[in-house]
Amino acid sequence: MKAKHLRNRWLGLLPLGLILFLSGCGQLEMTVLDPKGPVAQSQYDLIVYSLWFMLGIIVVVFALFAYMLIKYRENRPGRKESDYDPNLHGNTTIEVIWTVIPFIIVILLSIPTVTTLFDLEKAPEPAAGEEEKEPLVVYATTADWKWFFSYPEQDIETVNYLHIPTDRPIEFRLSSADSMSALWIPALGGQKYNMAGMMTKLYLQADEEGVYDGRNSNFNGEGFAAQTFKVHAESEEDFNTWAEEINNEAPELTAERYDELLAPGLTDKQSYSSTHLDYVKHHTREDMGYVVDKYREQFKEKLHLYEIEKQESFQ
Amino acid sequence: MAAEELKTGPLEYRTQEGQMGIMGFWIFLGAEVVLFATLFATYAVLFGRTADAPLPSELFEPGIVLVMTFLLLTSSFTCGLAIHEMRRGSVKGLILWMVITLALGLGFLGFEIYEFVHYAHEGATIQSSAFWSAFFILAGTHGLHVTLGIGWAILLLIQIKQRGLTNVTSRKFFIISLYWHFLDVIWIFIFTSVYLIGMVI
Amino acid sequence: MHITDILVTGEPIIYGAMVSMALVGIALLFILTYFKKWKWLWSEWLTTVDHKKIGVMYILSALLMLFRGGVDAMMMRVQLAFPDLGFLNSQHYNEIFTTHGTIMIIFMAMPFLIGLMNIIVPLQIGARDFAFPYLNALSFWSFFFGMALFNISFVIGGSPDAGWTSYTPLSGAAMSPGPGQNFYLMGLQLSGIGTLATGINLMVTILKMRAPGMKLFHMPIFTWSTLVTCFIIVFAFPILTVALALLTIDRIFGAQFFTLTGEGLPMMWANLFWMWGHPEVYIVILPAFGIFSEVIATFAKKRLFGYNVMVWSMIVIALLSFLVWVHHFFTMGAGAFVNSVFSVSTMLIAVPTGVKIFNWLATLYKSKIEFTVPMLWSLAFIPSFILGGVTGVMLGMAAADYQFHNSYFLIAHFHYVLIAGTVFACFAGLVFWYPKMFGHKMNERLGKWAFWLFFFGFHVCFFPQYFLGLDGMPRRLFITNVAEWLPLNVISTVGAFGMGLGFIVFVYNVYYSFRYSARETTGDSWNGNGRTLEWATTTPVPYYNFATVPYVDEIDPYIRMKEEGKTTFEEDKVKPIHMPSYTGQPFIMMAFLGLASFGLVFEWMYVAVFGLIGAVFMMIRRSFDYDDGYYVPVEEIKRTEKKARGL
Repeated sequence: MKAKHLRNRWLGLLPLGLILFLSGCGQLEMTVLDPKGPVAQSQYDLIVYSLWFMLGIIVVVFALFAYMLIKYRENRPGRKESDYDPNLHGNTTIEVIWTVIPFIIVILLSIPTVTTLFDLEKAPEPAAGEEEKEPLVVYATTADWKWFFSYPEQDIETVNYLHIPTDRPIEFRLSSADSMSALWIPALGGQKYNMAGMMTKLYLQADEEGVYDGRNSNFNGEGFAAQTFKVHAESEEDFNTWAEEINNEAPELTAERYDELLAPGLTDKQSYSSTHLDYVKHHTREDMGYVVDKYREQFKEKLHLYEIEKQESFQ
Repeated sequence: MAAEELKTGPLEYRTQEGQMGIMGFWIFLGAEVVLFATLFATYAVLFGRTADAPLPSELFEPGIVLVMTFLLLTSSFTCGLAIHEMRRGSVKGLILWMVITLALGLGFLGFEIYEFVHYAHEGATIQSSAFWSAFFILAGTHGLHVTLGIGWAILLLIQIKQRGLTNVTSRKFFIISLYWHFLDVIWIFIFTSVYLIGMVI
Repeated sequence: MHITDILVTGEPIIYGAMVSMALVGIALLFILTYFKKWKWLWSEWLTTVDHKKIGVMYILSALLMLFRGGVDAMMMRVQLAFPDLGFLNSQHYNEIFTTHGTIMIIFMAMPFLIGLMNIIVPLQIGARDFAFPYLNALSFWSFFFGMALFNISFVIGGSPDAGWTSYTPLSGAAMSPGPGQNFYLMGLQLSGIGTLATGINLMVTILKMRAPGMKLFHMPIFTWSTLVTCFIIVFAFPILTVALALLTIDRIFGAQFFTLTGEGLPMMWANLFWMWGHPEVYIVILPAFGIFSEVIATFAKKRLFGYNVMVWSMIVIALLSFLVWVHHFFTMGAGAFVNSVFSVSTMLIAVPTGVKIFNWLATLYKSKIEFTVPMLWSLAFIPSFILGGVTGVMLGMAAADYQFHNSYFLIAHFHYVLIAGTVFACFAGLVFWYPKMFGHKMNERLGKWAFWLFFFGFHVCFFPQYFLGLDGMPRRLFITNVAEWLPLNVISTVGAFGMGLGFIVFVYNVYYSFRYSARETTGDSWNGNGRTLEWATTTPVPYYNFATVPYVDEIDPYIRMKEEGKTTFEEDKVKPIHMPSYTGQPFIMMAFLGLASFGLVFEWMYVAVFGLIGAVFMMIRRSFDYDDGYYVPVEEIKRTEKKARGL
């Protein structure tokens, strides 16, 4: 009987503990809950909006649950005869109520979900009082297990790191040279898949300057954990200076060099003053088998990966 | 339970075992419908993904497919006649029509094999492209079902020879007739949505 | 090919596993030989067609797999909490999470529930056995050999390493060469045959073999959940069959369904997989709901609240389960409209599920709650499952899902629903029906220890993972390389070991109870609180189940029977009972198919063809087999019943 006693006390503490835990986590500044751009912000707003409903549901159910357990346990002192009705088996009014209310909640959750979904397919709206800017196009291509970022406008390409201007929408054109992966920069917004033979679009934007973490979030084999990159969000001027510099100083990305990079494995950060888009278009049906045809043998070799780069915090 | 045997109605439905067997088979056919639906969906999704292999419109020939359709449709009819004979209590009629059904089924299979070999010669194999993989697996799964059906029916023919018409043998024949008609229905879908559409586009 | 080429080499942990497996194997062989138990094993178990024995074998296998999957989980947790140890490398970790997921879903959760269904459903509806006892044995052995095939992969050939979802193109021949992925495909294919057959078998059993007078809406709720589950099985499993077959043909015969060459379409795999995979989730949760309903009604000593609504909500959930598969890959870029549709359909599932939760709560209203071990598991399910449910709705909101997807938030969610739902139900159901199966109860004190350890361990393990997900930690990451993530991972690992401890206590309890628990004297084991027919027959259950089947025209028929003093032994009404004969054919047939699958895994075509021919030969034998079973004479029934009832 001791266990039961413990249980009752514990049940009373559960909602309280939950609230404490949630508020405590507010101080941990979890990346998704600390948005650095309009896309992440809209998703954050949606999450917080839904959290209120969820918290409400949890409180109601936990309270009812605790009430039932305490009041109707078999050997509660002072149980009355009227506390037991073994044949009670339905009540239309209350059943309608608890069907309709969840239904209403679903509707209330659906509306912002759908509007946000449609908004996410477009470049984020400029902040009030600011002029609308053309999105910066970046082709983000993955190959096992690295990232290629091609800037056709600037005619440069980087490997395993990304520079973006702040306050300007970035239109990522995602594709993969081989396995399916996903571009995820949690500080800036949610992810989308990179797939060979097709192109998906993802709009993100940074409002604050800083260095953010980005990664492939979709498991794609041995080097998956190491397929990360840093996002350097900087002012438009700094970005242009950087791009200029790469364009002037970095070597050209020749077809041979690019082919070497495509071989499955890990690579350092690199910069080039031209893009691979001239040689091969992984997002087209014709070129989707490019890497597999070339490196079929190399996929058989293992990396024997025990360690990857450590970092203090995510962001 | 087996003790309770009805005295009227079709032989195969008189025992509970018979009823349950037939019901189980109907449910199994439901699962088969899902199986073929998945294959059809796969085929539809991969339609047009021929890569370097020939197009279906270059290979599909109306003549041979029409013959195959004719053979299989007729076999479904003769299979129905076989069951009709069985209901009349005629073992001879059952065997006769069932053998004709199998002969027609074998004819169908022969043409299908010829067709597959012909396509392979023209450079369309299961390996040549996503479209051809889907085609061969869809039509091939049907063909495999027909093959299994033929083997199965032969076993049943031996059994009816040995045992005559009983609750059990009649149930087995009834079930294989369901199976055979089902394959016929699937073929009609293959004929229209694979061959007819493939020839046009 | 030399034997050393196919054995996995170079991993000390795997060498250890090999040695221990060999030792356990030798010990088993020795015990069986020493105690002269081979004949017993063959004639009592391997050839059985008795649904109760088959159910026990299912549950034993499932417990074994819970152990194996649990060890996988512990290894992952150790690696994530102590990233500097270098305990597992990336490849090994990938294999472990793949086998953990596959085993827990396919070889633990499903067989556990199917085992309970096997034992209980015929008893609940007053049937002698399954509609097709032979097929039932076939199902079990197909599952068993599928499981065996999948499990030997880590010592022979190498385990699959592309995740339990096995997404293409990663799992295709080009990027996952070797037998590993074939083990996944063939193991699942083989056991899938059995699952489909069980689905059909149970459906016919329930539709055709109910006690006289029992309408569908008189059936116990667990039987209802089984029926609905079988519908899902019959309509979902063929999709998996096709998906697995296509990928197998891709890998072994060079087809181009999911490849990057030949204009294949890798994303089609994700669609096919989840068109099966989402209904699969409900295959493992609906029976769990059924078990909770039975247990809660029994120990609340009160009729289930809203029986009809409970049934209809399960049917609605089953239908919706086929319409939500896209929510597993909202991030594939299907566009706002498609995502909106699937987002709404996903959230709609919360409505019938919520209704069920409220019905359970209402069942507790004005009841007399007795805190037995099965009731503790069932009660703990409600608050725990709610946490999983609400986060499920959050994941269903596609726009937010872009942030949750592939993260530990998702991991936490589905462990919350699968453990708090399915695993709690397995424990609840096993403890609840344990006396029916084995003739004695499990010890309550040890049972409570196991429960509390597992329950707290579970929350400590998975609750922090929501926050790891919100902090951007992706799933399937082999190393905790971000310092910020480490503390929560350590907490999580502590919880995982709590669960492990709970499991050990549970297993010890099996032994302890076998030794010391009082043997059951009546069939109505839980202080006479049984409500449905399974409690009406004696314990241990005679092999023919019921001497006479009562007329049933209401829910909870056994309550009325007890009031009116009726039993399932009305001496003047006893008739001979028709029973199926035991046979070794299912075992042999599936052993051949297992051999064929093994051959295909290594692409040894001769072995595969030989196995297939053997299996076909066994089928032909079956076709000519006119064994009609036998009749249990009235005298024997009377003798058995009188002895069991102490008359």
